[in-house]
Amino acid sequence: MIVGKQKPIEEILEKTASFGSILVVGCGGCVTVCHAGGEKEVGILAEQLELRAMALHRPLTVIPGMAERQCDTEFIEQLRDDMDRVEAVLTIGCGAGAQTLASVFPQKPVIPGLNTRFIGAQVEHMNWAERCIGCGDCVIGDFGGLCPVARCSKHLLNGPCGGSNNGHCEMDPELDCIWDLIIRKLEASGQLDRLLEVTPARNWQTSRAGGVRRQKHEDSAL
Amino acid sequence: MKSGSRLERTFAEGKFAVTAEIFPPRTPSVRLLHKRAEQVRDYLTAANLTDNQSATVRIASMAASRIVLDAGVEPVMQITCRDRNRMAIQADVIGAAALGIKNILCVTGDHQKFGDHPAARNVYDLDSMNLIQMLKTMRDDGRFHNGDAIRNRSASPVVPPEIFIGAAANPFGSPRHFRPYRLAKKIAAGADFVQTQPVYDLVVFREWLQKAGDLGLIEKVHIMAGITPVKSVDALCYMRDHVPGMHIPEATIRRMTGAADPEREGFEMALEMICAVKDLCGVRGIHLMAIGWEKVVPLLIEAANIVPEPVAVHRGDRPDAEIAGKD
Repeated sequence: MIVGKQKPIEEILEKTASFGSILVVGCGGCVTVCHAGGEKEVGILAEQLELRAMALHRPLTVIPGMAERQCDTEFIEQLRDDMDRVEAVLTIGCGAGAQTLASVFPQKPVIPGLNTRFIGAQVEHMNWAERCIGCGDCVIGDFGGLCPVARCSKHLLNGPCGGSNNGHCEMDPELDCIWDLIIRKLEASGQLDRLLEVTPARNWQTSRAGGVRRQKHEDSAL
Repeated sequence: MKSGSRLERTFAEGKFAVTAEIFPPRTPSVRLLHKRAEQVRDYLTAANLTDNQSATVRIASMAASRIVLDAGVEPVMQITCRDRNRMAIQADVIGAAALGIKNILCVTGDHQKFGDHPAARNVYDLDSMNLIQMLKTMRDDGRFHNGDAIRNRSASPVVPPEIFIGAAANPFGSPRHFRPYRLAKKIAAGADFVQTQPVYDLVVFREWLQKAGDLGLIEKVHIMAGITPVKSVDALCYMRDHVPGMHIPEATIRRMTGAADPEREGFEMALEMICAVKDLCGVRGIHLMAIGWEKVVPLLIEAANIVPEPVAVHRGDRPDAEIAGKD
């Protein structure tokens, strides 16, 4: 899922300071799951905006709102009535959600209240880690189901680099060296010979390097 | 001969090779590079010119390589995968060959987090293995990475870059048992010579070399043992704690801590290590990385009695095959 983190409150307050009425919109998808942009967080953020306005003796109307999925225009349309009552919208959905809001309501300033961080998995309670960079050509089948493209700091296809230290990445002693894990996994399953061949350079055209990516379902006309 | 470089000829003649790093300065100073080249000219087979070493911006390795070549020192141009993609690197390889640079060392490169521009975006389009493979394809097949022949028009002659391909190896990195296999992959990719991370732990180095021998690798590649002399215990601890891939045993730290004259001790330790590794089966040379203590390089080489025979280094451009041939 998409993992996000709310922006620092000072940044949000500064970017919203010039508006007298704001719709704060969360998303019921990924960012609800990672406790960064769901209904609960919308409520807390709305309260913080109101408290700051009161402290500054500034009139401010804050309307809390939710979209089941902010990246879907169908759900965004349901916000239209509330949107008509405010000068701007503060969203704590991911970047895809925020931009869907901006395209459905082109007249309204959209302020992002959340930083979209990565595609990740929950590795322990309330702790997420990056697992995929959406490269568009999955290779984990060659590497014991583990992704060196996303999880090696240098995207090595023929690791580990010289900086791997006691199973940890040179970048961060708290971070597992994915190549250490790949080697151990393939060894355990008797498949280490897979790593003895040089993996050739990637064709990055399917990744972000190939430009902005789009996808149309073949059955979309039905 | 793949390149005809002095380094390649030294190995081919069965002689012991000695290289050292010359760290390109941060300022556009030819004079400083000439001075560094002159200090080591009579003591080295070739000198490595690092590529934004420690992820810190310096004179480009290609420019520095040509500058030391003009001062009579054969360069080993280093290329990292961190700052350039396959297009920029191939352009540099062709450019380097045009400038008479014949040795290229391929490394992944330290992450920019450790350098002076941590906010930069890295590249890592290729990894070091892919980089070695690409250089071999350019040299042996006369083809770019995309398969196109290295020539200007379809009727023009193919002019491959004549380069001797180097790789780095870390016998001390983890998982340690996989390191000899990684060396095997680099050789399969096309490495002609290998320079190792600094050796402080002779036991681990010997084990790695033994395994490389068991895998039949030492006949296929020229291994140069890395040596880094240090003049203080602080330098040792700094490397242990902050330089990726460094392995320094406690005994080494203890010996330096107890030394009355740390500079003398550091010299002796480096000299002992050179003497210990130079006769090991499979070691064909040493590579000195005297970070911040460059002036010790000639002294160590003399003391270890491994001064290479003097050879005139060819300066200037390579013969232009394209113009000489029928275009």
